[in-house]
Amino acid sequence: MNLRTRKMKGNAMIILVALAFVIIMIPLMSMLYMIAIRGIGAISLEFLTSLPTPPGEPGGGVGNAIQGSLMLVATASAISIPISIMAAVYISEYRGKLSSAIELITDVLSGTPSIVAGVFIYVLIIPRTGFSALAGSLALSVLMIPTVTIASYESLKAVPNHIREAAIALGVPKWKTSLFVVLRSAMIGIGTGVILGIARISGETAPLLFTALGNMYWNEGLLQPTSALPLLIYNYATSPYRSWQAQAWGAAFILLVIVLLLNIGVRIVARKR
Amino acid sequence: MEKFRLVTAAFAISLAALALALFTQLLTSSLPAVERFGLTFLFDTIWDPVMEVFGALPFVYGTLVTSLIALLIAVPLSIGAAVFLTQYVPTRTSYLLSFLIEIIAAIPSVVIGLWGIFVLIPFMRDPLGTFLVECLGFIPLFQGPVFGPSIMTGAIILAIMIIPIITSITKDAINTTPELQREGLVALGSTRWEVITKIILPYARPGIIGGVMLGLGRAVGETMAITMVIGNTPSIPASLLAPGDTLASVIANQFSEATSAIHTSALIELGLILFVITVVINICARLILRREVARE
Repeated sequence: MNLRTRKMKGNAMIILVALAFVIIMIPLMSMLYMIAIRGIGAISLEFLTSLPTPPGEPGGGVGNAIQGSLMLVATASAISIPISIMAAVYISEYRGKLSSAIELITDVLSGTPSIVAGVFIYVLIIPRTGFSALAGSLALSVLMIPTVTIASYESLKAVPNHIREAAIALGVPKWKTSLFVVLRSAMIGIGTGVILGIARISGETAPLLFTALGNMYWNEGLLQPTSALPLLIYNYATSPYRSWQAQAWGAAFILLVIVLLLNIGVRIVARKR
Repeated sequence: MEKFRLVTAAFAISLAALALALFTQLLTSSLPAVERFGLTFLFDTIWDPVMEVFGALPFVYGTLVTSLIALLIAVPLSIGAAVFLTQYVPTRTSYLLSFLIEIIAAIPSVVIGLWGIFVLIPFMRDPLGTFLVECLGFIPLFQGPVFGPSIMTGAIILAIMIIPIITSITKDAINTTPELQREGLVALGSTRWEVITKIILPYARPGIIGGVMLGLGRAVGETMAITMVIGNTPSIPASLLAPGDTLASVIANQFSEATSAIHTSALIELGLILFVITVVINICARLILRREVARE
């Protein structure tokens, strides 16, 4: 092949790989456009603050779903974050056979399909306690714990060894070094992981289907079934009613804005440091 | 021994306990179905809750076929995009464009499903499905009639969802290619494309394979979006344009309205099968990627 055909082939390939990128962008742009157009139209103060109405009746909103989502995500975070950080400290600071085994197990757990987490919590507690927000939070925790643990031990491992050595040389006991020196240096990375974990579980639906179940009314505590934004989107989107379908777009808009703000915010903070 | 070490070890071990509990709970709860149907469960093609006949094959088929087609669509696009972003675009622009791809990964599955119902399904019905039937209809896989919700629709949704992870890992793998080798080939008079095909892609191949495996794991376990577009029909259709069902989608769809204890147990056994498949895929992916890290 002479140089000209080789160069032409190279140029053709540039077009092909650029095209691959453009093709990937098409569904993304279509999603963002549709959610913005149909979503914003559905949103009003009433939509954000009131209870759902039966199909056909005008008005109604997703207030209880927002409340339920906040409750589920807060509870799941309260359960997951301490467990994840402590486990990550062990994996990163006490290297050995046990910690590498647990590291592998955590990796594998992080691939657990979300629906399997729901089935697991269902068989574990639902027949005894009935559907509840707490069960939903536990199912979300099954997904959140591995993600946050991995993010945490990766940031802990990235802390340079000389920082640990300096602390130990000053006579600081190992536990204090881990807790107040290493953990503190890794705080940004761990925080990023926590926020991304929160963003992920905010959008999870499958684990809630048969744990939190859904509810048409305001939530009255952790031991009652509760609605949540993703559950509501699923139920409304697959319903035959036009008014509900329109509201599904509104709820999707709210959910997407929350998730994207968390994702983008984290990047900006992490990048500035 | 240090108390602190014991405390953190207890938390770490709780993760192992969680994994163990997951497996044993699914196993014990699916025992009724296992005892009643035995191995035929895996090969029976009939799933009839009313007659209490349960076979997993339509769902195993649906899961594997949608995931494989998703890979066929996603892998070339992801590798192309990764090459584009790492080789042809200035760093700053690349960072921005990569972020756009990562946004796809951040969109909740149920929101992608909503888009699937109201945008992708109508698109499948009219231009795309009809086009496939007209051009490729002589192949049984692309026989009409065209349904909106179908195995193909599910596969496209999965492809969209796994593109970000494959792209991102491919980019990482490409970036580990040694600079000297690239420069060497350029000095010998290679074009940029020749450097990519002769040095970069062969060098990045194990990493790319690991990324593809991770994408496969994601596709197999994906639930909401595919449940909303696949049509939820437990059968093994000859055509990809007919509705189907996957392991995850049938659980999402039927679990809360299961008609009998044996129905619930059969669904849990499907969950167990799904869990085992994803664990195996993920372990393979991690082993490949870990060997990569060790090689560097």
